[in-house]
Amino acid sequence: MSKILSINGKSYTIDVQDDMPILWAIRDIVGLIGTKFGCGVSQCGACSVLIDGILTKSCSMPVSFAFGKEIFTIEGSSPNLEFLREAWNEGNVPQCGYCQSGQLIAATSLLDATENPTDKDIDAAMSSNICRCGTYSRIKKAIHKAVALKNESI
Amino acid sequence: MSKIQQINRRDFVKLFGLATGGIILGCNISLDSKDFIPQIEGTFAPNLFVQIKKDGNIILLASRSEMGQGIRTSLASAIADELEADWKYITLQQATGNAKYGNQNTDGSRSVRTLLEPMRRMGATAKAMLITAAATKWKAKEADCFAENHFIINRNTNEKIFFGDLVAEAAKVAIPDEKTINLKKVEDFKYIGKTLKSLDLKAFIHGTATYGIDVRIPNMKFAAIARCPVTFGTVKSFNANAAEKTPGVEKVFQLDRLVPPTGSFFGALGGVAVIANNTWAAFKGKESLEIEWNYGENHSFDSEKFKETLTNRIKEKGKLVPGSSGKVEDAFEQASKTIEATYHVPFLVHAPMEVPNATAWFQKDKIEVWAPVQDPQTARAELAHFFEIPLQNITVNVTFLGGGFGRKSKSDFVVEAVALSKKIKAPVQVVWTREDDIQHSFYHATSAQYLKGSLDTNGQVTGWLQRVAFPSIVSSFKPLSEYASGFELNQGFTNNPYNISNFSLENAKAEANLRIGWMRSVVHIHSGFGNNSFVDELAFAAKKDAVQFHLDLIGADRVIEGRSEFPYDSKRMKAVLKNTAKVSNWGKTIPENHGLGVAIHYSFYSYVATIVEVSVINEKVKVENVWTTIDCGLALNKDNIKNQLEGAAIFGMSLALYGKISVKEGAVEQHNYYDYEMTRMKDAPKIHVDIIEAMHERPTGVGEPGVPVMAPAICNAIFNATGKRIRSLPLVDFGLV
Repeated sequence: MSKILSINGKSYTIDVQDDMPILWAIRDIVGLIGTKFGCGVSQCGACSVLIDGILTKSCSMPVSFAFGKEIFTIEGSSPNLEFLREAWNEGNVPQCGYCQSGQLIAATSLLDATENPTDKDIDAAMSSNICRCGTYSRIKKAIHKAVALKNESI
Repeated sequence: MSKIQQINRRDFVKLFGLATGGIILGCNISLDSKDFIPQIEGTFAPNLFVQIKKDGNIILLASRSEMGQGIRTSLASAIADELEADWKYITLQQATGNAKYGNQNTDGSRSVRTLLEPMRRMGATAKAMLITAAATKWKAKEADCFAENHFIINRNTNEKIFFGDLVAEAAKVAIPDEKTINLKKVEDFKYIGKTLKSLDLKAFIHGTATYGIDVRIPNMKFAAIARCPVTFGTVKSFNANAAEKTPGVEKVFQLDRLVPPTGSFFGALGGVAVIANNTWAAFKGKESLEIEWNYGENHSFDSEKFKETLTNRIKEKGKLVPGSSGKVEDAFEQASKTIEATYHVPFLVHAPMEVPNATAWFQKDKIEVWAPVQDPQTARAELAHFFEIPLQNITVNVTFLGGGFGRKSKSDFVVEAVALSKKIKAPVQVVWTREDDIQHSFYHATSAQYLKGSLDTNGQVTGWLQRVAFPSIVSSFKPLSEYASGFELNQGFTNNPYNISNFSLENAKAEANLRIGWMRSVVHIHSGFGNNSFVDELAFAAKKDAVQFHLDLIGADRVIEGRSEFPYDSKRMKAVLKNTAKVSNWGKTIPENHGLGVAIHYSFYSYVATIVEVSVINEKVKVENVWTTIDCGLALNKDNIKNQLEGAAIFGMSLALYGKISVKEGAVEQHNYYDYEMTRMKDAPKIHVDIIEAMHERPTGVGEPGVPVMAPAICNAIFNATGKRIRSLPLVDFGLV
C-alpha cells in the first residue's frame, strides 16, 4: 500500500512494508543515498536522521514510525547544519567520509538543542557515532567552531 | 619511470574514455620492480596522465584507491605545485582497475613514496611547454617567462596569458628533454609540504560521495549471503520456505565456494544467497533461512586453546631466523640479570564503517563491477580466472571506500557479486551485514611471543631472544603454510630499531584455521607490542629512565642499508623520540593515578615515537593524552598527515582496549560493534602530532606507522601508573575499561 514519506520538505509516495527500517526506505526505495548503513543495530550512528527534529537511528526504526512526520537527512539544509558544514570544511575533518553524514546530523541535533555546548555536552551527544578513521578530535573542534561561526553571524 | 610523452587523441579516448583536447601528457611508472607495464599495440599507454583543457581545467588520473588516507589530494598537489596551477582548477578522474596503471594495490603506505617524483615531473614538463608556447607568442626568451597561479607571465613586459588560452599552441610544442626539466626547490613549494584540504571534502559533507554501497544501476537487485559460521564449511541442506515468503525476496539459491588456486587470489566463501528487490528484504530473507552445514575440519578450532598451544610452542626452541647475530646464550650466561616475558595479541578485524559490498553486472561475454576495492587489478584478474572472461572485457570501477584498513584489498565480495549476477542474469549488489563482516573476514593474526633479555652490571642490554608464533598471511594463498614468512618477520622483528649485539629470533609453528589477512600496519602490531613492552620491562629492571633506555638501545648514529632504497637511520629514530619526550614534558610531575608510557617503531620506512598519558581510577583506564612524532621524510600534505596520525592513535587505541576476535567450535563469537567495540568520542584522548622537518628526504609511509606504537605505549603507561603489567591484549579482558 502506498504511503507518503516526507524528507527534507519533499513528499515521496512509496510502496513499502511497514516494518522496513526507515534507513532502507530512504536509501533503496526513495533513493537518497547520503544516509549510511553501518551496523543495523543502533550502535554506530552512520544512519542518523532527524524525525520531527529528534535524532533517530534510522536503521532501527520502522518506516511506519515516520509516516506523517518530517525526516531530515544529510541531503537537507538548516542554519545549524550549514554552520557545521562550514566548520567541517575549515577543519578538514573527514578521512574516508563515510560516517560524516551521521556525525553532521548528530551535531545538528546537538546545536538545535544546545546553544553553546561544552566538551562534555559534545562527548555526550556524539558518542553514539563511531568514526573508524578516528576523526573525533577534529569533529569536536569543528562543533565549537560552528558555534563560533553562528555567534559571529548574529 | 618512462619518458613523458603526449598522448594522441585516439589513444586517450581508448585508454581513459575521456574527451580529448588541450595538452595531454602521460608517462609510465612502476610501483614495484615486479610490475609489468604492457604497451597496447605499440602505442603509448601511460599509467599516469595530466590533461590541461582549454577552459583551464586540469584533469589528473588517480590510480590509487581513496579510503580516507587523502591520496587523491596528495598526488594532485604534487602536479599542481610544479605546474604552478591554481588549486581550484584541479579535478580527478578515478582509474578503473587495469594493469596499464601499474600496481594499484593501495596498501603498504607506499602511494606517495613511489608516485611523488613522477607526478612532479609531469607537472614540470607541462609547465615548460606552456612557457615555450607563451614565449613563442610574445617572441620573448623563455628565460623571461615564468608560471604563476595558472598564468604564464612575461617578467619584462608584465604581460600574462591564462593557461587555458595557451594549450592549443603548447600541445604542438615538442616534449622537452627530461634533462632540461628542473624540479622546484623545497623552499619554493606552494602546495607540497603545506596544508591542503581534501578535494573530496564537499562531497563528504553533503553526503554525495558515491561509496560502493551507494552504486545504483537500473533494474539492479540486492543480495545477502548466509555463510557457514565455520571457515570453509559447506551447505548440507537448507529450507528456504520462510525466506521465499519474505516480501521483496525474489530468489534463494545455493552458492558454491569458489576456491582460489594457489597464488594471490581470495575466492569466495559460498553459502546460501537471497536475492531481493531491496537490501532489507535480502537481510530479512537471509535471517529466516534454515541451513544445515557441513562444518568441516575447522569446526574444532578454539582460539583460547590455540593461545595455549602457541604459548607452549614458544617455550621450546624454534626455527632460527636469518638476521640473528652473536651468541645470545653466552650473553645470558654472563648476564648480571635476565628477564623473561610472554606477550599475546588476539585475532583482530578491520570493521570499516562501510561493510564489504560490490555491484556487478555479468553479461554474456563481459563483466562490469562497481566496488570499494583497494586492489582493483587483483579483483579483475580473479574475475577473469573464475568466470573465464577475457581480461579486456572486465571493467572494475573503483568507488570511494568507506574505510579499507586492508579488508578491501581482498576481493572475495566482488567475486560473490559477479557469481550472483551470472546466476540471475541481472545487475546485483551484494551487501554484507555488520555481523557478516565481523564473522567472515580475513583476520589479523593472533600472536604469541616469548622474550628473554639480559643486562650487564651497567644496565646495558647484552642479549635479546625473541620467539614468535603467528598464523601467516601466506596461508590464505598457500594452504598449510604454518610458519610466519620472511616478509612478515621483516616487519619489526628482524629489523627492530635497536642495536643489540647478541640477537636471536626464532619462529614457531602456527597453523591457520581462519582466513588470515593484513590489517592496517600488519605484523608491526605484533612486533611493536612485543618489542616496546619488553624494552619497558628491561628499563624497569635496569632501574633506568625509559626514554633514555630506548635512546641507548637505539645506539650510536648508524645507517643500515637494507635491501630497499630507504636505509634505516638511527639518528632519525632518536630524533623523533627526543622530540616526543620534549613536547610531552617527559619527566614532569604528573597527577596521582596517572602514568606515562613510551613506544617507538620503524615501519613503512617512517620513524615514529609516541608517549601516552593514562589515568587509572577505580581500576579503569582512561587515555588522557597522546604525543606522537613522525619523521616521514618529505611531508607532502601536512594537515592530512596529522589527520592520519590522529586517526592511527584512535585505531591503535581501539585495538589495545577492545580488539579481540575469539573463536569457539570454529565460529567467531563477536557480532557487531556492541561486542567488537571501538573507541568513541567520550574516550578519545587529546592527540598532539609533530612532524619532523625533513623536506629534503624522500617521502615515506604515513597511513600505517602511527598504529603499532599505541598498544605498548598505553600498557607501559598503565604499568607506570599502577605497577600492573599487561602482556596480553586487549585491556577489556582485565576489566580495565
